Amino acid sequence: MDLRLGVAGEATAQEQAAVTSVLGPAEGGWDGGQRTAADGHAAFGGHAARARRHLLLPVLHAVQEQIGWISPAALDYVCARLTIPPAEAYGVASFYAMFSTRPAPSTVVHVCDDIACQVAGAERLCEQMEHRFGAERTETGANGAGVAWQRSPCLGQCDRGSAALVQRAGGDPARIALAPFEPGQIRPSVSPALAPHDGPLVPQATGDRASLRLLRRIGQADPHSLGSYRAAGGYEALRQAMSVGPQGVIRELKDAGLLGRGGAAFPTGVKWEAVATHPVRPHYVVCNADESEPGTFKDRVLMEEDPYAVIEAITIMGYACGAEQGYLYIRGEYPLAEARLRHAAAQARGYGFLGEGIMRAGFAFDIEVRRGAGAYIAGEETALVNSIEGKRAEPRNKPPFPAQSGLFGKPTAINNVETLLSVIEVLRIGGPAFAQIGTASSTGTRLFCLSGRVERPGLYEHEFGITLRQVIDAAGGMRDGRPLRAVLLGGAAGSFVGPDALDVPLTFEALRTIGATLGSGVVFVLDDTVDVSAIVARIARFFRDESCGQCVPCRVGTVRQEELLGRLARGAPLGSAERELALLDDIAAVARDASICGLGQTAVSAAISAARLGLIGADREEPT
Amino acid sequence: MFGAGGGTSSYREAEDADLIVLWGSNAREAHPIFFHHVLRGIRRGARMYCVDPRRTTSAQWADAWLGIHVGSDISLANAIGREIIRAGLVNEEFVRRATTGFDAYASAVEDYPLERAERDTGVPAALIRQLAHDYARADRAQLCWTLGITEHHNAADNVFALINLALLAGHVGRYGSGLVPLRGQNNVQGGGDMGAIPNKLTGFQDIETNMQARARFEAEYGVALPPKRGMHLSQMFEAMETGDLTACYIVGENPVRSEADTGRARKLLGGLAHLVVQDMFLTDTAALADVVLPATATWCEAEGTVTSSERRVQRVRKALEPPAGARDDIEIICELARRLGRDWGHPSAEDIWNELRGLSPMHAGMSYRRLEELGGIQWPCPDEQHPGEMFLHARLWETDPARRGAPAPFTPVEQEPPLDELSEEFPIRLTTGRRLDSFNTGVQSGQYNTPIRRPETLNMAPEDAARLGLAEGDLARVSSRRGSLDAPVHLDDSLRPGLAFMTLHFPEQVATNVLTLDAWDPKSGTAEFKATAIRVGRAEMLTSGGGSERAEVIP
Repeated sequence: MDLRLGVAGEATAQEQAAVTSVLGPAEGGWDGGQRTAADGHAAFGGHAARARRHLLLPVLHAVQEQIGWISPAALDYVCARLTIPPAEAYGVASFYAMFSTRPAPSTVVHVCDDIACQVAGAERLCEQMEHRFGAERTETGANGAGVAWQRSPCLGQCDRGSAALVQRAGGDPARIALAPFEPGQIRPSVSPALAPHDGPLVPQATGDRASLRLLRRIGQADPHSLGSYRAAGGYEALRQAMSVGPQGVIRELKDAGLLGRGGAAFPTGVKWEAVATHPVRPHYVVCNADESEPGTFKDRVLMEEDPYAVIEAITIMGYACGAEQGYLYIRGEYPLAEARLRHAAAQARGYGFLGEGIMRAGFAFDIEVRRGAGAYIAGEETALVNSIEGKRAEPRNKPPFPAQSGLFGKPTAINNVETLLSVIEVLRIGGPAFAQIGTASSTGTRLFCLSGRVERPGLYEHEFGITLRQVIDAAGGMRDGRPLRAVLLGGAAGSFVGPDALDVPLTFEALRTIGATLGSGVVFVLDDTVDVSAIVARIARFFRDESCGQCVPCRVGTVRQEELLGRLARGAPLGSAERELALLDDIAAVARDASICGLGQTAVSAAISAARLGLIGADREEPT
Repeated sequence: MFGAGGGTSSYREAEDADLIVLWGSNAREAHPIFFHHVLRGIRRGARMYCVDPRRTTSAQWADAWLGIHVGSDISLANAIGREIIRAGLVNEEFVRRATTGFDAYASAVEDYPLERAERDTGVPAALIRQLAHDYARADRAQLCWTLGITEHHNAADNVFALINLALLAGHVGRYGSGLVPLRGQNNVQGGGDMGAIPNKLTGFQDIETNMQARARFEAEYGVALPPKRGMHLSQMFEAMETGDLTACYIVGENPVRSEADTGRARKLLGGLAHLVVQDMFLTDTAALADVVLPATATWCEAEGTVTSSERRVQRVRKALEPPAGARDDIEIICELARRLGRDWGHPSAEDIWNELRGLSPMHAGMSYRRLEELGGIQWPCPDEQHPGEMFLHARLWETDPARRGAPAPFTPVEQEPPLDELSEEFPIRLTTGRRLDSFNTGVQSGQYNTPIRRPETLNMAPEDAARLGLAEGDLARVSSRRGSLDAPVHLDDSLRPGLAFMTLHFPEQVATNVLTLDAWDPKSGTAEFKATAIRVGRAEMLTSGGGSERAEVIP
């Protein structure tokens, strides 16, 4: 294109090699390669060139991983290779937290200080990091050498006490998740002593293992072995799906009453049917594995410990929806889950469970794993679709819904990991049998991410209808027997409930009546030792950071919320605390009514619920 | 086309086309509004070819760019025509029913096999073949061009070469298929429609052959019209040279800057016995005038109409009072008439428009009220019930010969290289064009700032600059057979070696037309701005302050 990023100069050989590792060698001068005489009289581009736009994120990942930052010259080279205007590519590169468009040290440690880690002492870790490596990294930094650290939103390791993600330019692996994390693991001179953990700490259910449905293979089957997965009943569900046919699968899902676990609780069978019957082709299916809701780690455990089940479930989704291509979009903070999924997909391909002629049934299907780059909003399904297309992860206006016009403008089914594993269970036991589990309108089981002040944080599977009290009891009850102060249900986008909600059954319908939501299954338990206003402030900072900025009520409202909560915490309200809380109500109402996506609509709900419970504001009790 | 001086299609047809060919047109920069429609078409799946010596920003949107040598358009078009015929892709039904002269055309293009076109244009034969097949096979195809086709000594032949292709493939007279010459201003089309062409009365009525129209005008005006057409611009300059033309009244035009061979234009205009210039600005031409008549800005200080490239007549409304001393063009002309002894009164713009509607059948149905109600009307619009025509020549598809009317003729044309030949002394081909944020000589666009405006440069292929030892920003001496000037070098990889580019936007800084050749097309009167042979070297650094015009004429 005609615009350039200032006087960028030439991309280095290393940078070009990073780009080439994804795109292959350049074809000629118009493609970023050497200019030849033939280039003077012909060039090809247009639709074919722009169709490669979706490779932008993979290319930026390659540059970021191998060089440590994305220089203007590298970005210019990427643009020449992909026919993307530099302004647009810069807009994408600067949108995602894991891409650096400024020089950066070779090792960057992202220390989680989000809600769960904060309760577990993240501030202490940050102090230690500051002591060892200096102040938190701001925008500028040294190029190519040394260690820098910065605070990070939730890394999805909330059951482990502390977490960090290490990005190492040119390292292998280039990203390592550390949980539990100790600053001593990072050494400035030598390569960090980094051993990722193995196995989940506490995969549990109320009763014995026999009651586990989604978690039944966790800890039992080897996540590296397709054989082990098949020995544990793997790929029976796909066989079942093929025996009943695509419409049969959809009928089972409808019989099962399966509702999506991503937050909107939309009937999965209805969604798939809308895609399957849509006349526009091709169809796409997408697994939303961009689990980024603070306090949530369930999908990570499923992907790390049962990756084949995720692959199988996406294959079933593709079969039922009439798609030949599926995508799995996983957040960049989950390197272990990504590696295991890629391995699982490759093995499945090798054994004929992906590719042409799956199970000799004339069904062709494959899955591409796409990695996010640090953007909570990418978990919103239309933002996720934009991200796969190589754009800023900004939500789209709806309608049209993805089932009508999703990925590349085609009918697209999008479900999160937990929903997809529930599909396997539906096919295993049959739709009607699945409908018998849980309650009449909330069927099946639900995964709960227990964190905070409980005895045994971890991932739990319970039937719908269990009460909050039972969920907490199953996790060993309150830590040290302290009294319960509040529970944050559903994550940062959820709301606080008090002890009076302990006996409400955890179902979609019952929670709706008390104005709460199960959201992503977060049960973040607070006792009287926790400074709730600090938690609420962290939530407010989170939304201020993560708002994509498209809708003014969200972009401005999240800033206003953070300022307001700061004034309350400092005991310096404008006017009075009552006036501040009334203003907070106004901000919430505008954000809820006038934002196009769930982020803006729920960005103020936690603070509002905290205020209703008296956890913040003038009359709040000081932590003891 | 086929007797009508306007594009056959509407802008919105580009949105619904399957194939769009931009030929000698950098619409993205020169026609950004039209290009929005093109982009919408592309977003809906239309494929685009771009034929242009430079890989312009428009070409960067194209599925394929054909980087032809300057002035090799006819060879390319004829080869495409031959390939369409040879591949059996002629729209035979259309050609048989609605055209004449196919056989002569077919035998004329026999001399243009793909290999010859590759030699003449530099474009690979396979790519030419691909364009031929895609164009002929497309259900709806728009063939669009601009000054890259018409600013040549054989401009009309170039246009005929393209029309021939549309006839072969039947890409005219149907929704989505058409021939689209893009006009450079909001009202270039209107200027022609109103009779500002030497051989046409208002409404494209021929002054020499259309006796009915002549009679109508003579009856209305009560005078006898001159029997012969007048001179076009290039002929006027020749007449000034011979001394036959001694007085000029110029309205809204800056020929000192816009004419090829500036030195000559300035000399001839300066040597007139009497020069009157009517303009919003004191242009370089006005500076030479004996009398300057300050006029209003017609887009905001006057009532009237403009006509866009899609033949749409639209109302212009007065929004501002003009500055003191500036007067409406109508008022100036009527005042002039009064001083010459004819009182035309004080007609309003609408009065004059209604007079025109009585004389020009294609405007007859366009009352101000209807123009207002319908948001503009596309001519022809013969009566007040007529909605206007979205596209022209639908008649060619009629099965009834009576309704089909006169067939459209093929016009065989032959390739001729540009007149200003490349030689050892002048080895580089200079072509000229526009940039997005500037317009022609800068009279209109130079008044405001834009963030992307760069001063004039000599754009060169990086290879040429390296060979000459010139770097970005170095001052180069550019010489043609007519004159020379200095301009800073800009390395531009949209240019291949041997090709250079300049604009006319900054005549105060660099008077590009010092270099260009005023050879003009006898059929259209357009000068060959697009093909100048130049030599480039390093400028001596002794020049006083930046680039400067050196209109010394090389004998």
